[in-house]
Parts: sequence; structure tokens; C-alpha cells
Amino acid sequence: MMEWETVIGLEIHAQLATKSKIFSAAATAYGAEPNTQACAIDLGMPGVLPVLNQEAVRMAAMLGLAIGANIACRSVFARKNYFYPDLPKGYQISQYELPVVEKGELSIDLEDGSSKVIGVTRAHLEEDAGKSLHEDFHGQSGIDLNRAGTPLLEIVSEPDLRSAKEAVAYMKKLHQMVVYLGICDGNMQEGSFRCDANVSVRPKGQAQFGTRAEIKNLNSFRFVERAIEFEIERQIDRIESGEKIVQETRLYDPDKGETRPMRSKEEANDYRYFPDPDLLPLVIDEAFIETVRASLPELPEAKKQRFIAQYGLSSYDAGVLTAARALSDYYEAVVAALGGEPKLCANWVMGDFSAFLNRDGKDLAESPVSSAQLASLLQRIQDRTISGKIAKDVFEAMWVGEGDTDAIIEKRGLRQITDTSAIEKVIDEVMAANPDQLAQYRAGKDKLFAFFVGQVMKASKGKANPQQVNDRLAEKLKG
Amino acid sequence: MNPSTSAALHEQTIAQLSAGLAAGQFSSEELTCAFLQRIGRDNPQLNAFITVTAESALAQARAADERRRQGQAGLLTGIPIAYKDIFCTQGVRTSCGSRMLDRFIAPYNATVVERLNAAGAVMLGKTNMDEFAMGSSNETSFYGSVHNPWDLNAVPGGSSGGSAAAVAARLTPGATGTDTGGSIRQPAALCGITGIKPTYGRVSRWGMIAYASSLDQGGPMARTAEDCALLLAAMAGFDPRDSTCVDRPVPDYAAGLNQPLAGLKIGLPKEYFGEGLDSAVAAAVETAIAEYRKLGAETIEISLPNSQLAIPAYYVVAPAECSSNLARFDGVRYGHRCENPQNLLDLYIRSRAEGFGAEVQRRILVGTFALSAGYYDAYYLKAQQIRRLISDDFRRAFDQVDVIAGPTSPTVAFNLGEKVDDPITMYLSDIYTIAVNLAGLPGLSLPAGFVGQRPVGLQLIGNYFAEERLLNVAHRYQQVTDWHNRIPTAFA
Repeated sequence: MMEWETVIGLEIHAQLATKSKIFSAAATAYGAEPNTQACAIDLGMPGVLPVLNQEAVRMAAMLGLAIGANIACRSVFARKNYFYPDLPKGYQISQYELPVVEKGELSIDLEDGSSKVIGVTRAHLEEDAGKSLHEDFHGQSGIDLNRAGTPLLEIVSEPDLRSAKEAVAYMKKLHQMVVYLGICDGNMQEGSFRCDANVSVRPKGQAQFGTRAEIKNLNSFRFVERAIEFEIERQIDRIESGEKIVQETRLYDPDKGETRPMRSKEEANDYRYFPDPDLLPLVIDEAFIETVRASLPELPEAKKQRFIAQYGLSSYDAGVLTAARALSDYYEAVVAALGGEPKLCANWVMGDFSAFLNRDGKDLAESPVSSAQLASLLQRIQDRTISGKIAKDVFEAMWVGEGDTDAIIEKRGLRQITDTSAIEKVIDEVMAANPDQLAQYRAGKDKLFAFFVGQVMKASKGKANPQQVNDRLAEKLKG
Repeated sequence: MNPSTSAALHEQTIAQLSAGLAAGQFSSEELTCAFLQRIGRDNPQLNAFITVTAESALAQARAADERRRQGQAGLLTGIPIAYKDIFCTQGVRTSCGSRMLDRFIAPYNATVVERLNAAGAVMLGKTNMDEFAMGSSNETSFYGSVHNPWDLNAVPGGSSGGSAAAVAARLTPGATGTDTGGSIRQPAALCGITGIKPTYGRVSRWGMIAYASSLDQGGPMARTAEDCALLLAAMAGFDPRDSTCVDRPVPDYAAGLNQPLAGLKIGLPKEYFGEGLDSAVAAAVETAIAEYRKLGAETIEISLPNSQLAIPAYYVVAPAECSSNLARFDGVRYGHRCENPQNLLDLYIRSRAEGFGAEVQRRILVGTFALSAGYYDAYYLKAQQIRRLISDDFRRAFDQVDVIAGPTSPTVAFNLGEKVDDPITMYLSDIYTIAVNLAGLPGLSLPAGFVGQRPVGLQLIGNYFAEERLLNVAHRYQQVTDWHNRIPTAFA
């Protein structure tokens, strides 16, 4: 059997988080009533002209710097000409020959723990089209131009990816990056971050690429993985049964889990690109690049390394905490408020806190427990007011809005018992109530120590300080 | 030319009318009524106007008179003007001479309109033009040909033929035009008036319906250079809505008009006086140039060696841009839509086939072809390289001379119908004007005599942003000649 190698390149469209459109002042917010966010420019009225939104340029430069790319001192907007009802001008303004960002790279982590550098060929600015609405119009189509003119950054990778898993890892890494940079909200359901995948296969060891198929408009990590897996298999099957791969555009059908060719008509376009005479070449100087560079937030990889060094966290914990910018910010706020104990903070943020967010399907921004509240809870563990176990109950109470840490502790009477004589009193009672077990323990059955700890904790309703219980019990059981 | 209290209103220039309004000799309402009456009487035989906005004109005139009473009047307050129907005018049909936009009411004002409104100018109406500004005779208009006031059998030139004819026949003291390859200067020449195409980027293109974006430029058309100076001062200036508009102060054009011409170096490109130039036109232009020598100017023969490449380059670049600019007219959102489209393709094909005339379709097809895969390098890219060569020719020339002079068009106005079936010959009537657009330079045409009944235009070309100098050079000539004061007999 022939061994096959897969070659994948991704084109990712990230919708830039500007307030207004790339060439007009209309708002970009998602979900408005159709055509309420489309001005004369977006409608392609006669006589209107585009003016470039500088904020979109700044965001493109941010990504470029974050991936170590070249920021072109001169880039050019071109017109991509084709007719479609949701394309008001009959052309899309997009950078073609001279993009604003060129030659970057992104390192991805592979499953075996190693990492791999993926080349980013280019990233260019362009405008999005509107939407055709085919329902509710009885044999006609409706057009919503709210999305027309929304700024997109199209990020094109080198064909460096060798499996669907690598493709997903790359896409996730880029997703993390744009969200970290604050240049894209990363919302894939709303189409803010979507992907076209170029997939081909070749016999292992062959230098030349196989014929590729382009799978359009994949808007979830899962679909990317499944579509590529399907496509790889389809191509291998075809070649092995003596057929040829046709270079074509395909669509992924998530219901059937397969890719299908798009109608050939839609790809027979000659886009007649030429520089848009309404826009001057985009000129970026060194000073602008330096301003953008100075404004870059700490990037995920650097932050992870810092977490390891500064907080003494494991690589795994640091990775989890820095995966999303919001979570890492939350973690650092908890540590700062508590004034130390980074490991304890990490356990709680990654543990109960993340678990509760997950359980309730909440974004971090919607968390009912603030970083200061969580820190006050950890403070009470640290000063032994409550045990770690009781703290979990307090946290849950705080999550549902019962109040702050101290109020809950007071209201529920959860303060830890640290008075030695009180603990000894409970120990005496437990020993008296379990004479058989006591005899067995003293006869050498050491395992029963845990039984006595459990009984004492139970009798104290979990409030006895576990360390003191251990100490006193060991003493008393000896007799 | 002193304002004369006895001269009829329509005989006066904008400068004279402005003085008359300031002196309280008449009101803007009276002035506006006078021109509206002339339009009512004479437009049917000229067809210079597509839309006359009498009601709003009178309202604007009354507002101008009120403004004057409050002491807020400027030089153009209360002066009636007409707009080429390529400028978007809010609430008023803006047809661009096309069936495609026959029922299109613009939802906003072009910057030029906004600025002239702010100056207090009164809009009489919208003037006829070649469809989407594509033509040199005004015969491609959906609204029919315009007639040349000097000879009703002749074309007025194009594409701003309606504006030129309206000014020449004294239906308006001034008008706006646009010039992509000569569309202000050639009709100005053929109708015996003055018109200036400013430097590319001097006047905002916002709201000016695009034909070829890298060449289009709006400008004024009036009887005299002085009037053009007044209008241009109001029209020009930076506009953040047009990325190609240049942020540079606008000089007081009128202030520089009387600068003496002694020592002025006028370049005469030998390529503009060769084969193809009508000998009678050549003679009139030579006489005008002799007049300049009398005014103290020195003339120097120069060469613009790539002149013969201008027309071929233009007829690649302009159609290429127009094929893209006019793609928005698809019957989907506004403009002409065919009856009962069967499907999307049918909607596109029939709406565009019905909405656009033959010349527009020809240029869209040529441009689509020139941009197609496999042809782009040979046509579009080559044409862009030629543009640079042409610009370099001019740059070298302006190292030697202050302005360049020559004929505006190789012939006087030709007869209606004479060239409609021969596009190549038609295109040649812009042979001296097109290079100026390709280089982005300012150019002006002023009346310089007649061949028989038909006027001859002298073209002056200046360096970038040398509008002030061009207007000055034209004005000094008009101080010593009276071609610009001649009125076509039928419209006296």
C-alpha cells in the first residue's frame, strides 16, 4: 500500500473589531435589522467614494508584528470584479498583488509535545460582501447589506500543515492570537473567524504537490477537522482507483459530513483585478509601525513563559491559564488581590471557577464571582478561617449570589474550629463511641487512622482544622 | 469690462452680476426669473437642460436675497448656475444622461453642489450630457442631442455639451462640468466659452458619478476666465470623503488675474500643430498666440514626443475603469430594472442592455476585455506605463516654459450626426485634451476666434496646481479681445 502525505494551507478570514466599516462610517455591529447599517457608500450609490478606516490598518499591523511579519511600507487596494446581488458595487475592494502584511510565522504545539513553525504567506485587508436571504421571499431573494464593507483580514498560510489536527492547531493558535490582540471577537458562529482550506495529497517522499481542492467557508474547528479528514480520504480513494483530482472549490456539508463540488459556474470568474483608482496606495511609515509595536499586548507564548517563571506554575497550568487573554487577566487579578499563593490561585481558577463557567455555559465576562471575591475566599483558606473543602461550599454559595465570603461563612457558621481543647473534646467523644476500632488501631491496624479522622471531621461538621485534628488524634490514639 | 447698468441681465458676466446684486440693482429673484424665462423660451430648441428646477431655484434665490439683507452675502450669493447632470443633487433627478438613471433621485449632494450651495449659488437645473460622460458630441445622451447655439446643425461638443451650450446661449451665467478626456475644454471650445479642468485632486469627486476615476475632474464653465476663477474658488478644496482629493490651500484665483504677462514663457508643442489640425483653426490659434507676444510673452517651440500615444492609452484606461465603475448599475438596488426578470442573469443582462446606450456598452466591453486575464499586461499595464511617459513629457516641458498653448480641438464644431457612426474619428476630436487628463494637469480652453459661424478654442495647459496662472493668462487675453463677449445671434 502506498503511503500518502497530506498538504494543507489555510486562508482564514478574521473580521476586524473596528466600530465602523473599512471604507465607510456605518456601524459593524452584528445582528441589526437588515439594511439598517448600510450607508450610501455600502449601498454602492452613484458618486460615492471609499475612505480607508485607519483603525483597520492598525489592527492588520498588530497581527503582522505579532507573527513577526513584514509590514509593507506600500500596499495597494485592488478591485475584484464580479456580479452578485449582495456585492453592491459589482466589485470587492481587496488587496491583491501588494498586501499589507507579508512573511510571518506561527508556532503550533503538536500532540506529541513538540512544536512546529507554520509560515504565514501574507495577510491582506478587504471588505466583506452583504448577505443574500433566500427564505421568506417566495421565489425571490432578499439582500441585507449590513455586512457589506465590514473589514476582513485574510490570513494565508504556507502549505506547511500535514494533517487535519495540525490545521486545527494552527487555526486555534491564530484564533487565540487575534482575540489576544483584541482585533477580532473570534465569534465563529457569527462568522467573525472563518476558514477556507486548500487540501491535497501526494505520495510520501514526492517533492511536487498534488492537485488541490479548496474547501470554502468552514466556521468551526470541528468542521475544519472533519472536512479535511473527509477530503483526504476522498482524494486518496480517487487516486488509488485510478482517477484524477480536479482542482475545484468544494463545500462541506456538516449534516452529511462530506465535501461536495460547488457549481462550476461560480468559479468560472475572471475577476479582472486592477488597482482601485479611488484609493491611494496605503503608505505605512516606520513611526506608525513603532507606535503599533509599543501598543502590542503581551502575547500568549510570552505570557505563558512569564507565568512559569514568575508564579512557579507548571508548563501545563501556565498553558491553560494563558490560553485565553480574559482568563489570564482574571488569574493575575486574583493573585494580585490575594498578594501571593499563585499555585492556590491557579488551582481555583482552573478548577472550580472554570468548571462552574463551563457548567453554566457562561463567558468569563459574565462570571458572577469577581476576581476580588475569589481572592477573599482564598484569603480565608489561607488564614485558616475555613478549610479548602468548606471553601468549595462557600464558592458555590457565592456563585448563586448569597453574598461575599465572610457573610456566607458567618451566616452558615462555617468558621473553622482551631481551638485545641474543643478539637480534643470531639476526639475524646469519637474515641469513646468507637471502642472496637480503637482497640484494633492500638493492636497495630494503622489504616484505621483515616477512619478516626473522618469521624472527627464528621462530628465537627467539617469545621475542625484538619491539620490540628491529625496532630491531636495521633497523640491521643497512642493512649 | 465695467458692469453696465443698461446691459440686459443675461448679457452680463458673473462678476458683473455679482456687482449688480451687491449694488442692489436687482435681486437674485429677478435675476433667477430672467434666466428661467430664457430657459423656458430657448431650451426647447437647444435641449441643453435635462431638468429645470424652477421652483427650488426661486426659493434659493429668495433665500439668497434674504442672506444679502442680513449682510451675509458672498460673491456667488444669488448667482444662478446650472449643474451638469453628473453631479448628485439631493432630491433632484440625477440622470447622468442615461436611461439607467432616468428615475434616479439622488439621496445626497455632491461636494461641489454642497460648496456652491454654501456660497449661495442658485441651481437653475441639470444640464444635458453624453451618457455617463462618454462622448465628444453630446449625441450619446438618452435625452437627445444638444444643439450648438452658434449653429443649431452643429454639435456642442461633449461630454459637458449641455453646460457649454447653456452658457453660450446665455441660459445661465455659469455651469459645472466634468472632464475625463476633454469634456469641459472641448465643448467650451466648440461653444465659444471658457472652461477649466483643474489639477486632478483639486476638486472633490464625491457625488460626481464616476466614469474613469483616475481621470475625472470637475470644473467650472462660464463666459470668462474671471467667472471661472470665482466659481473654481468655491468648488475647489480638500474633502476628506475623496481619498484622491489633495489637502492644499485654495488660492484666491480672482486676486491673481491681472498679473502682467511680460516674461511669460509659452510652450508651443509641435505635435499639436501638425497633421490633423484644421488649417483655419490653426490660423486662429496662431493669431491668438501672436496676441500673447504683444502682451509680452515669449513663445518657445517644445516637443511632447509621446503625444500620439495619448488616445490609445486613454481608450484602455478609461474603458477599463468604466467597466468596473458602471458594474453597480445592475438593476438590483436602484436605477433601471427590466420587466419581469426570469432569473438573476436575465435581470442583469436585460437591465443593463436596456439601461445603457451603445457607446457606454462599447466602452464597458472594451474595458472588460482590457482587464481580462491574459490581456491585462498588454493593455492596462502598458497604458499605465504610457501615462508615465506622457507625464514625463510634460514635466520636461515645464522645466522650460510656464504654460503650454495650442488648439483645444483639431476642428470647430462638426455637424450633428456627422461622426456618430465613426467612433475613431470622434475620439480624435479630443486628441489635444486627453494627454492633460492622463498626466493629471490643469487645462483651460478660452474662445479665440471663429471659423465661419463656429468658435475656435485656445487651450492653455499648466503645471500641477497652476490654475491661478492659467486663469491669469486667459484673463489678460480676454482684456484685449472680445471673442468671449460675442453672443450667438439667435440668442442675443
